[in-house]
Amino acid sequence: MMTAPHLPGVALQIRQVYDRNPSVFQPVGPHSKAIATLGWTLIVAATVVFIVVMTLLLLPIWKRRHASVEDGPPAPVSETAWLLYAGTLAPAAILAGVFVLTLGAYHAARPSGTGGLTIEVVGHQWWWEVRYPDEHILTANEIHIPVGREVRVVLTSADVIHSFWVPNLAGKTDLIPGTTNIAWIEADTSGTWRGTCAEYCGMQHAHMALTVVAELPGDFNRWTEAQRGVSAAPTDSATLDGEAAFLSSQCVYCHTVRGTQASGRIGPDLTHIGSRLTIASGMLANTRGNLGGWIENPDQLKPGTKMPAVPLGAGQLEAIITYLESLK
Amino acid sequence: MAAAVELVEIDSLTDRLEQTWNTPKTLYGALSTVDHKTIGKRYLATAFVFLLLGGAQAGAIRAQLARPNSHLLSPEAYDQLFSMHGTTMIFWYASPILSGFSNYLVPLMIGARDMAFPRLNAFSYWTFLLSGLFIYTSALTGAIPHGGWFAYVPYTNAQYSPGANMDFYALALLFLTISTTAGAINFIVTILKMRCPGMSVSRMPLFMWSTLTTSVAIVFAMPALTAALVFLEFDRRFGTHFYDPVRGGAPLLWQHLFWVFGHPWVYIVVLPATGMASMIIPTFCRRPIVGHVYVALATVSTGIFGFGVWAHHMFATGMPALSTTFFSAASMSVSIPSGIQIFAWLATIWAARRHVLATPMLFMLGFICLFVIGGVSGVMTASVPFDWQVTDTYFIVAHLHYVLVGINLFPVLAGFYFWLPKMTGRMLDERLGRWNFWVLFVGVNLTFFPMHAVGLRGMPRRVYTYPSGMGWDWLNMAESIGAAVTVIGILLFVINVLRSRKFGAVAPSNPWGAATLEWATSSPPAEYNFVVIPIVGGREPLWERHDALLGPTADTDLAPVNSVQLATWRVLDDGKETLESTLLDADPQAALHMPQNSLWPLVLALCLTGLVSACLVGAPSWTVIAALSTCAAVGGWLWPKASTLPPSRIVA
Repeated sequence: MMTAPHLPGVALQIRQVYDRNPSVFQPVGPHSKAIATLGWTLIVAATVVFIVVMTLLLLPIWKRRHASVEDGPPAPVSETAWLLYAGTLAPAAILAGVFVLTLGAYHAARPSGTGGLTIEVVGHQWWWEVRYPDEHILTANEIHIPVGREVRVVLTSADVIHSFWVPNLAGKTDLIPGTTNIAWIEADTSGTWRGTCAEYCGMQHAHMALTVVAELPGDFNRWTEAQRGVSAAPTDSATLDGEAAFLSSQCVYCHTVRGTQASGRIGPDLTHIGSRLTIASGMLANTRGNLGGWIENPDQLKPGTKMPAVPLGAGQLEAIITYLESLK
Repeated sequence: MAAAVELVEIDSLTDRLEQTWNTPKTLYGALSTVDHKTIGKRYLATAFVFLLLGGAQAGAIRAQLARPNSHLLSPEAYDQLFSMHGTTMIFWYASPILSGFSNYLVPLMIGARDMAFPRLNAFSYWTFLLSGLFIYTSALTGAIPHGGWFAYVPYTNAQYSPGANMDFYALALLFLTISTTAGAINFIVTILKMRCPGMSVSRMPLFMWSTLTTSVAIVFAMPALTAALVFLEFDRRFGTHFYDPVRGGAPLLWQHLFWVFGHPWVYIVVLPATGMASMIIPTFCRRPIVGHVYVALATVSTGIFGFGVWAHHMFATGMPALSTTFFSAASMSVSIPSGIQIFAWLATIWAARRHVLATPMLFMLGFICLFVIGGVSGVMTASVPFDWQVTDTYFIVAHLHYVLVGINLFPVLAGFYFWLPKMTGRMLDERLGRWNFWVLFVGVNLTFFPMHAVGLRGMPRRVYTYPSGMGWDWLNMAESIGAAVTVIGILLFVINVLRSRKFGAVAPSNPWGAATLEWATSSPPAEYNFVVIPIVGGREPLWERHDALLGPTADTDLAPVNSVQLATWRVLDDGKETLESTLLDADPQAALHMPQNSLWPLVLALCLTGLVSACLVGAPSWTVIAALSTCAAVGGWLWPKASTLPPSRIVA
């Protein structure tokens, strides 16, 4: 049994980061819209089938509810009507229709296009490494895409099997070590949505979320421009103190901040951590209080996480938070 | 057929059979018995205990998930609970409970005095029990399996799951496959070779068809699981690379092997239950089932189709379009034989002579309702793009529970209300039974129906907690309340069973007016089942009332004359004997000498327990000792003895 993480300053509310619930029926892109249409069609068909069968089941019992307790004569019954027409041909016709719809949605939801933007995503226990090979960007747990453009997401895993899923945008595609899979996402409108790992991958599977931000092309270009470079060097003394505290801490063994000596490769790249919407792989909103609680007590928030609590001197935590927030 | 005839005194024949077949009520008798009825009851009781264990784990899961960001359970405990819940329910409840019914009912329904291999039958039970105890000893060590019932690599490899957790899982399952395979072979031979004269294949009860189909499916499905588990243990213990992508292995190999076994397994745990429906529904409609032959064919074809749909568990793994759409089409087609079965039951209800809405029938009506919901949601998930969205979400949790609760648990409870009077001689209470049904039906639907919605709203499976405000909160609360109602429903059943032991009305031999041979015996049946081997003249022997053919049953006495002329092959009182018959026509062939009670099945099962324990601990010397004692136990079992009995007689 674990105790509740009553960490001062930590707020578990994450929903306000996102523009919509992560529902299959709140699609914002052509792929997810095709599937949502298919889904509603299937639900209607399933409901009709259910009602018809339940009527056939309960009607005879209802009709004879007042019948005498004596056995009546066996009612005449046509095996052909019941088993061939109703039991075989009618379901087969419905299934054939469902299969045709399936093929249509299949092609709509998984285009075989080659153009567009390519993003590489590598799954880790329990975070997402994100690369934009053509834009020379390395980040984590947050994907930015331009509105109206087809995006090819190349997926693999550094450890166990994960699954990439942003319900508002598309269905799932697994990240399998030793294999490369392709997912396609496209957003029709700008917005921020939640994605999550959908394949059980260990203790913190529940907290392996990611954020997808769709932006208008201008905003997207500004974002890529900013991500490509390093953050502006600190100027004020508080941030400089924070940088010194960070670089002298154990944080640097696992994390990289480009432009500094911090070049660890085990954890997420922190070069622009201050610009991200969430921390701890989408578990927490990126606020000062959450950053503090997370750095101080990672294992209490996410038991099993590979991030250790590092010993920090008095005032060092506050300074490091200030520094990380400056990494826009 | 010019068989020899002899004059038989029924009273003295009964006495002789009583003496020959009697198992002493001693500890030795309890441990050595090979009586299929005792073994069947033990299967039922043990599997039901596993149901309660798996249910308790589900209760803990629902308590944790009732509220967002809950900290009732640690993630580690949650992972262990959901892994053990699935593993227990699938392997140690759903299939063994049906083996229990089949064990008890198959010989009775076909007019035989025991299973074909009674000692193997006892061995199946002991290995089932001991493998279950083995996996639950993991709780004492703290190394409880945590990789889900599906145990996907590489997460379950030694690198990501060090510790004995997954070794418990793999070794316990390997141990259990021995039990399941032995049991399946026993059912196949029993059903094919021991039917009483007159019961040609075309007259076999439909429960025989479903048990036979299931057993054949087990024999073909199990090797895939065995291979998968052996590879896993080799990877974990000896550093082989079957599943290691870095050194040329393939994580997806596990998924293919597991689901080549796993999907047929779904049919293995539902087909016998549909067979039970085909026995119970006609009984309460007072007429033979409509389309007997088509239901039998549908059963067999479901078993065969079931082997061609495994990859629908893997639509998100990046399979090529051609195989994806093939498995999509195949998975939709597999619902057609199910449709035939459902419409056969509907037609039977439409054409009934009377609707007797006793508790078993209520559970069967509930079963059809849940079956249809689980079936249509199954077709939805066979639609690939839709599956990309719903796979690994609570929509699948909803679907699989509608299938397993609907097509396994509800028929099982119907089966208990229907056949328990035969087993115990006591009726269950009807009033309590109705409460049991309605509370459970409401509870199950309240638990699992909202899961469709919460899955479509984006909640993944196997998460130990979830954030608030995503549109999942109140649905999860409803599910947890439903789980509590479900628990009450199950408790009502337990109370009804326990109550009946003392207060239940005494059961007549055929309380429901059913048609098949098990109802021709007393409640409970004598150890030898039938005084003389019955003959049947149709599919519903007890409705055809050819009493002279059936022989002296509990209902119909051949008296006034106690002495009757009977064909020699019907008497079979030269030691423990039963009849072997021909495969298709069930013509009498030979009198089989059945083995006496024996401790060897238990000894061999204990030796195997020692062997898997030694493998778990990884002690080479103990492993060798345990392996040698296992061989010695097999030798002891098979050691030829100078028999006091004549060899099996050719009787026809």
